[in-house]
Amino acid sequence: MKRSSFIRKCFEYAAQGSILSRLFVSKAAATPEGYNASKHYYGMGIQVDKCIGCGRCVEACKEENDVPRVPFFFRTWVERYTIRKKGEVTVQNIDRGEAVVESAAEKDILRSFFVPKLCNQCDNPPCVQVCPVGATFKTEDGVILVDEDRCIGCRYCIQACPYGARYLHPEKQTADKCTFCYHRITKGLLPACVEVCPTQARIFGDVRSSASPLARFKRMNKMHVLKPFLNTEPKVSYSGLDGEVR
Amino acid sequence: MVRAIVPPSMRDEQVHRDSTVAKEMSRTVRYAGSEECAACHAEYTVKQGGYHKNLSCGTCHGPGKGHVDDPTETKPVPPRKREFCALCHAYNPSRPTGFPQINPVIHNPLKPCVNCHNPHDPKPSRVPRECEACHAEIARTKAVSPHVLLECTTCHAVPQQHKVAPRAVKATIPGERQFCGKCHSTDSKAQHTPKVDLATHGEKYLCWQCHYPHMPEIE
Repeated sequence: MKRSSFIRKCFEYAAQGSILSRLFVSKAAATPEGYNASKHYYGMGIQVDKCIGCGRCVEACKEENDVPRVPFFFRTWVERYTIRKKGEVTVQNIDRGEAVVESAAEKDILRSFFVPKLCNQCDNPPCVQVCPVGATFKTEDGVILVDEDRCIGCRYCIQACPYGARYLHPEKQTADKCTFCYHRITKGLLPACVEVCPTQARIFGDVRSSASPLARFKRMNKMHVLKPFLNTEPKVSYSGLDGEVR
Repeated sequence: MVRAIVPPSMRDEQVHRDSTVAKEMSRTVRYAGSEECAACHAEYTVKQGGYHKNLSCGTCHGPGKGHVDDPTETKPVPPRKREFCALCHAYNPSRPTGFPQINPVIHNPLKPCVNCHNPHDPKPSRVPRECEACHAEIARTKAVSPHVLLECTTCHAVPQQHKVAPRAVKATIPGERQFCGKCHSTDSKAQHTPKVDLATHGEKYLCWQCHYPHMPEIE
């Protein structure tokens, strides 16, 4: 190819891209009517004392979000903590078939409970900081999303997440994580895990609202977040959280 | 010049973000939400007063958006198997105290739960009101114990006069080891009960002097 024709083609290509992306992107970016992201800032409250470890949330999440059905990919999962008298702590993921239910007659168990976990939608998210291509970002309403088309599958964010909330999607080869069911919440529905929780262990809402189930929950309980010393400022907060929970 | 040539998606990451947000928003909703269910199934008012009042329809019936969009073609499947109810109600020492739990092995084996319990208004088995009125603590304890299905009168003979003068006339308590042995001795025919050899176990004591019959240790 001649130099002049190469340069001409380059210009053509760039001009095309400019026009096409203007056409397509502006269409795709049109938000559904009646939804104003700036009026929301989402968060979740979790009542550890209410979780019965039934795994309905995990099931519903996988169903709603097409999470691979194999038991090591999760957007949300439930951990079972067993604390023994000598201080030994066992953590099992109930949906990975790890949870062997000990007999209550096992005398050295001090206490045992379930902790539901998901992406904490940090206000200061480490995953966003480390992404080399800017594929993961915080939306105006406070949810951390991954741009599947931009993600290069380098796994930095999976390493950086202190809560283990991300995984590499085996088919798409891109990072995947909880989105608070963004397609549901923007239509005024609850996230699937909150919708199906039989004991209302999960409470979803707007962290800025002053009168909502989430606001009341945070007012009436002693709240805690996971790994507060990391200054990630999670928007998922827990009541009744045991000090052993990591 | 450069601004005209370079596409906006390469200049401004907000373009990508907006398209990702739009893409996320356009995903398919699968779980319809109870309000949509109530629009047609208003007859399920029975659920409103019961222990399952806060359960979303989707918790048991699964994702229902397909049924909402096309009520005749797509039907949600009601779970009928014991294993499904046991997901929440099987005994697990990590579950919060007081949450109704059963041992799926010994609890009325082989019958689907719906035979006895209405899932839209489930009721726990109850100690008779006339006993519970005074013995509420025992009633609560027994309700979550392996002995939950035993009637009070299985072990206690209650004279009519006990209800009038409870301290003067007492209900009986089992006075011999063989009484518990009916289910718990090695030669008993009862199934799924922990068994001991009465000849060697427990020496001179009556069973209830070591074991609390209203909340016996789980095997």
